[in-house]
Amino acid sequence: MEECKESSQKKWTHLRKVLERPGPFSHPEFEPSPDILDFILSTCKILIVGAGGLGCELLKDLAMMGFKHIHIIDMDTIDLSNLNRQFLFRLKDVGFSKAEVAADFVNKRIQGCQVVPHCCMIQEKNPQFYRQFHVIACGLDSISARRWINGMLVSLLEYDENDVLDQSSIIPLVDGGTEGFKGNARVILPGMTACVECTLDLYPPQVTYPLCTIANTPRLPEHCVEYVKMVQWSKENPFGVPLDGDDAQHLTWVHEKASERANQFNIQGVTFRLVQGVVKNIIPAVASTNAVIAGVCATEVFKLATSCCTPLNNFMVFNDIDGIYTYTYEAEKKENCTVCSNIPHPVTIEDPSKMKLKDLIQFLCENPKFQMKNPGLTTNIDGKSKTLYIPTIDVIEARTRPNLSKTLLELGLSDGQQIIVADTTTPTSVILKLVYSISDIEMKT
Amino acid sequence: MIKLFSLKQQKKDGESTPRTGNQKKASAAQLRITKDINELNLPKTCNTEFPDPDDLLTFKLVICPDEGFYKNGRFVFSFKVGPSYPHEPPKVKCETQVYHPNIDQQGNVCLNILREDWKPVLTINSVVYGLQYLFLEPNPDDPLNKEAAEVLTSNRRVFEQNVQKAIRGGYVGGIYFDRCLK
Ligand SMILES: [Zn+2]
Repeated sequence: MEECKESSQKKWTHLRKVLERPGPFSHPEFEPSPDILDFILSTCKILIVGAGGLGCELLKDLAMMGFKHIHIIDMDTIDLSNLNRQFLFRLKDVGFSKAEVAADFVNKRIQGCQVVPHCCMIQEKNPQFYRQFHVIACGLDSISARRWINGMLVSLLEYDENDVLDQSSIIPLVDGGTEGFKGNARVILPGMTACVECTLDLYPPQVTYPLCTIANTPRLPEHCVEYVKMVQWSKENPFGVPLDGDDAQHLTWVHEKASERANQFNIQGVTFRLVQGVVKNIIPAVASTNAVIAGVCATEVFKLATSCCTPLNNFMVFNDIDGIYTYTYEAEKKENCTVCSNIPHPVTIEDPSKMKLKDLIQFLCENPKFQMKNPGLTTNIDGKSKTLYIPTIDVIEARTRPNLSKTLLELGLSDGQQIIVADTTTPTSVILKLVYSISDIEMKT
Repeated sequence: MIKLFSLKQQKKDGESTPRTGNQKKASAAQLRITKDINELNLPKTCNTEFPDPDDLLTFKLVICPDEGFYKNGRFVFSFKVGPSYPHEPPKVKCETQVYHPNIDQQGNVCLNILREDWKPVLTINSVVYGLQYLFLEPNPDDPLNKEAAEVLTSNRRVFEQNVQKAIRGGYVGGIYFDRCLK
């Protein structure tokens, strides 16, 4: 008996209508073909970052859409308070890995789906890991994690000798975010459209209150909690350790002290929940907002993977506090973005065992492409930062001056090394990439 | 329309090790702090100390005001720049005990750009100038040290005497201040 090809199954009829014929919304250059559905079902590899409120929705949406090869990464374990909206989790799952439980649930529920969980920090994975995906979808609540993924994807970009971007090195990033009844979804084509770093101003920093208000004229229950967190904890140091938002004893102490302070200033509303919220910086999560934003993100992943329709260009905001409001606009790529406009400049080094740091600096000052004035240089060696030379700060200059007469090899700089160069002639730091004419191996033999 | 990948194409996985490993990659914070430090333009009353020149994220700023209430004092601030810089401001603490309306006994500093008014376009230099300004124009309207603020508002002469007494070392308003004469 001949095995029925999966793409001919009846459940994909609706996808085939979009993928096997052009439509009013498809791009003029779109080439409809049955191969596209096969690609979704058998080849396309997606990474979902975060297995929380948005991540659960994203995983369900993408798996039901036909994507089979999905990886999901999250270092967190399931907490009782997650169960109201992170619907892939049950009471028995509390304490287990979010990524693992979510993957397990979907693999059991959706036939043929192969979700691979990763219970670790995103920073633990190397570039090769991220390189294997066609599209990455993010459902995160932290800006620093977003910035990290963004930086990683930008670092995977490859350029030719004329600084022209190799489009096959682009991994699109679809990023969703929610806060209460508000949310946003965006599509980032690293190196081509605005990246997370280009639009850093769009992400409001954590709510902070003026320190003097907290100290002297508190008006809100939050001010009282902040006071205990900022001032009283370090002054009284009740447990001899830094404040831990996951420690019930710590929270009880903060609650007690914040209540005392609230009474003193006639402020109402210091509850244990509020204390927990302020100390842990909890943002309220609404299940329906997550569902909407994840739906938009999953649609964008589908559009990017199939090219059947032009993707969102490129930032959508959503708000349903009062009726429903959505708005889409094009966030602009920053000409001088420290991350995505900072294409590493390859610098060919004939012989790193002869070239000294001062020669490199002289090159930066004399080369017509750079024409620098007084550059300062830092780098990373074995994951640790190293200051090569900073001319402007006396104490550092004196300590790093001996480096000037050392060769690049003596300084531990290897082939492919990135050097960060700051100079008044450029608005942001410039990245150099050392390219050795003779490889390390040849030099040792 | 850009075609990001041809159909049926597997993404490269593990093969061909790229020339630049992950650990050599510069972080956004490092790119910015290298720039900030290389372009630090300190007023003549300020100085920096870097205990480890390889670590540009941890340093001290020493301010020795040459005019105003705090003339002849020497005040040390510790700076800690986190991985979220410049999205988040550097963490700044005053390590010298100082009789000042905007600095408390724990070393917390009430400077708007260090908290609610921080913006990523601001630099370490902006913070240095902000701190220097605090010594030239202590602000009694947003006090962290209420007693000092009240004295400053009611009697500038007494305030000045208190400041100088604290700098020379001794009790002011029941609190002992270590000597921090320049
Ligand atoms: Zn950018």
